Amino acid sequence: MTRRGDTMTTADHAQTATVQDSGYLSYRTLIWRRFRKNRMGIAAAAVLSLFYFAALFAGSFSPYDHNEIRIQVRYLPPQDLHFDWSGGFYVNGLTSTQNPVTLELEYETDPSRRYPVRFLSRDGGGAFRLIHSEGPMYLLGTDRMGRDLLSRMIHGGRVSLTVGIIGVFLSLILGSVLGTLSGYFGGWIDHTLQRIVEILASFPPIPLWMALGAALPAGWTSIETYLGITIILSIISWGGLAREVRGKVLVFREQDYTTAARSAGAGHWYIISRHLLPGCYSHIIVVATLAIPGMILGETALSFLGLGIRPPMTSWGVLLEEAQRVTVLLNHPWLLFPAAPVLVVVIAFNFLGDALRDAADPYS
Amino acid sequence: METILDVRNLKKHFPIRKGLWRRKRGDVRAVDGVDFQCGAGETLGLAGESGCGKTTLGRCVLKAIPPTDGDIFFGAERVNLSPLDRREMRPYRHRMQMVFQDPNSSLNPRMTVSDIVGEPLRVNGLARGSELEDRVAGLLADVGLNAGDMRRYPHAFSGGQRQRIGIARALSLRPELIIADEPVSALDVSVQSQILNLLALLKDRMGLSYIFITHDLSVLQHISDRVAIMYLGRIVETGPAEQVYHHPLHPYTEALISAVPVADPVVQKKRARIALTGDVPDPASPPKGCHFHPRCRHATDLCRESEPELKSYPGGVKAACHYSDTLSLQGI
Repeated sequence: MTRRGDTMTTADHAQTATVQDSGYLSYRTLIWRRFRKNRMGIAAAAVLSLFYFAALFAGSFSPYDHNEIRIQVRYLPPQDLHFDWSGGFYVNGLTSTQNPVTLELEYETDPSRRYPVRFLSRDGGGAFRLIHSEGPMYLLGTDRMGRDLLSRMIHGGRVSLTVGIIGVFLSLILGSVLGTLSGYFGGWIDHTLQRIVEILASFPPIPLWMALGAALPAGWTSIETYLGITIILSIISWGGLAREVRGKVLVFREQDYTTAARSAGAGHWYIISRHLLPGCYSHIIVVATLAIPGMILGETALSFLGLGIRPPMTSWGVLLEEAQRVTVLLNHPWLLFPAAPVLVVVIAFNFLGDALRDAADPYS
Repeated sequence: METILDVRNLKKHFPIRKGLWRRKRGDVRAVDGVDFQCGAGETLGLAGESGCGKTTLGRCVLKAIPPTDGDIFFGAERVNLSPLDRREMRPYRHRMQMVFQDPNSSLNPRMTVSDIVGEPLRVNGLARGSELEDRVAGLLADVGLNAGDMRRYPHAFSGGQRQRIGIARALSLRPELIIADEPVSALDVSVQSQILNLLALLKDRMGLSYIFITHDLSVLQHISDRVAIMYLGRIVETGPAEQVYHHPLHPYTEALISAVPVADPVVQKKRARIALTGDVPDPASPPKGCHFHPRCRHATDLCRESEPELKSYPGGVKAACHYSDTLSLQGI
């Protein structure tokens, strides 16, 4: 170790030549590149995009009007789709007879009548449909009022899928703001907020939902109830996120780069917005993705209990509510179909969240 | 010589809180009454083992953490920084900056080099846009980096280069005093000397003063004008570097110096390596008497009972040992 005048060295420049390419990429780009390599994550993202796309264009994806009552085909089991080289896809007609004992309708297919299935066409009402038929093309059966279950599921997805996104968005805002305040300023603010989070977390969720759900005025319109439900769900779930953010903020607050910014004279807001929150973004996105399924299940559970979304608005939980009674399940098991999309979406969100976490956290 | 920093009786006690009501159950005396001066254009080396309070002292001087007690007189005008609050500190902030030990945690991985180096300028509203870019490019050139590296992120750089980025950031506000907290400890030996040379060069060119914190006395030997040896939150010996290295007056200094390798193998062979046993005691409950006595080979009953004062000795050295006059300690 001698004092030399010349401090420019080429030695430590040469060392980085091999990583030159990645040196210019932002953190976000690096996360995206890692995420792209995860097949499960990509598959989950594709499935979810499909679901959300179908929900967005529910009017075109559903074969029938989801609210149209056709009492003559109530409790119709799922119908088969047939194929014929000459006429393409078709469905058979039906004849129904009323059982004199149970008074229920019993159906028999009539192979002599054929109704063609049309793709990308307009129905009788002028609505554009991806798939449609004049005949009884009820692929997943009908409910007690003869409404097409598949159409109702596609429309129900609108509520069930967005409730998670909006709810998580709200709890994200609440959670990040309160978590950051708690972690950055500490002291009594931290103390108070953490106790509130603990109380929320130790409250049994179902009674809390029920109490809050019952508190929603019966006179509210469907859309008001829907917003009410999302707010209820986010009020319950922000605590966990606030904790996660607080933990991260506590770590970043003690980093030397935060000290450097502070000793350069940076204000609270600058430090929070430049050094603390960006460090949490990736983590927040992961936590949020993993929180969405909980919200979807929450909405489903609330509606299943009759405290959430109310008809005529429909959601997967509302549809499952009809499958509550054992007799219904025994005689009309197809009414359980709405559980399938819940299952698929929840699993897909979990896979997506895992993939994002792996991509965002290279050290785990 | 004009002093740029005059620290008097500086203390930093961290309260230990326990139980549900978080009642105070004692203090960790990380820095416990420290006096030192740093002259303008001087490099003061601050040395000691891990946990002796060096880093806390450095951060207290910068007011990155508020000191519990004591005075920090800064600059030619001798302003006492100690009682100033956040806002009152602002005009002095840019005059003293810090270089950190860990080049990984001191650079935000989500910011580009130009954002990092330009941050102090932007925060203080001193430059923006293309002027900011020019200043950043100039600073990078000062520390021996390419201006073309501005758009890259810290992970693309080696440890030595990252430390240069950290130095460029510290220089951006044209400070008078730089507190360097173990700036080379995380680096390879070959890179260490490059960074030390860079710091020496910048000091001469920009008229800086350094407080150089390290646990490695062999690093200090080459760059510091004066050294201060800390043990358990206090300074046990301070004086001109040459004097302290050649004739240590405190047994703790002797032990630290014995670990410094000497280039001449003949000399090196003759030197005794003094291994300290045990660890630095708990600063929450320091031992009675001289804090160093449980680990000192020369300790007597006097050391176990009474605490030595920091006394002046010939050669401008001050030491806190009862037997500095009588002991003959080994230097380099």
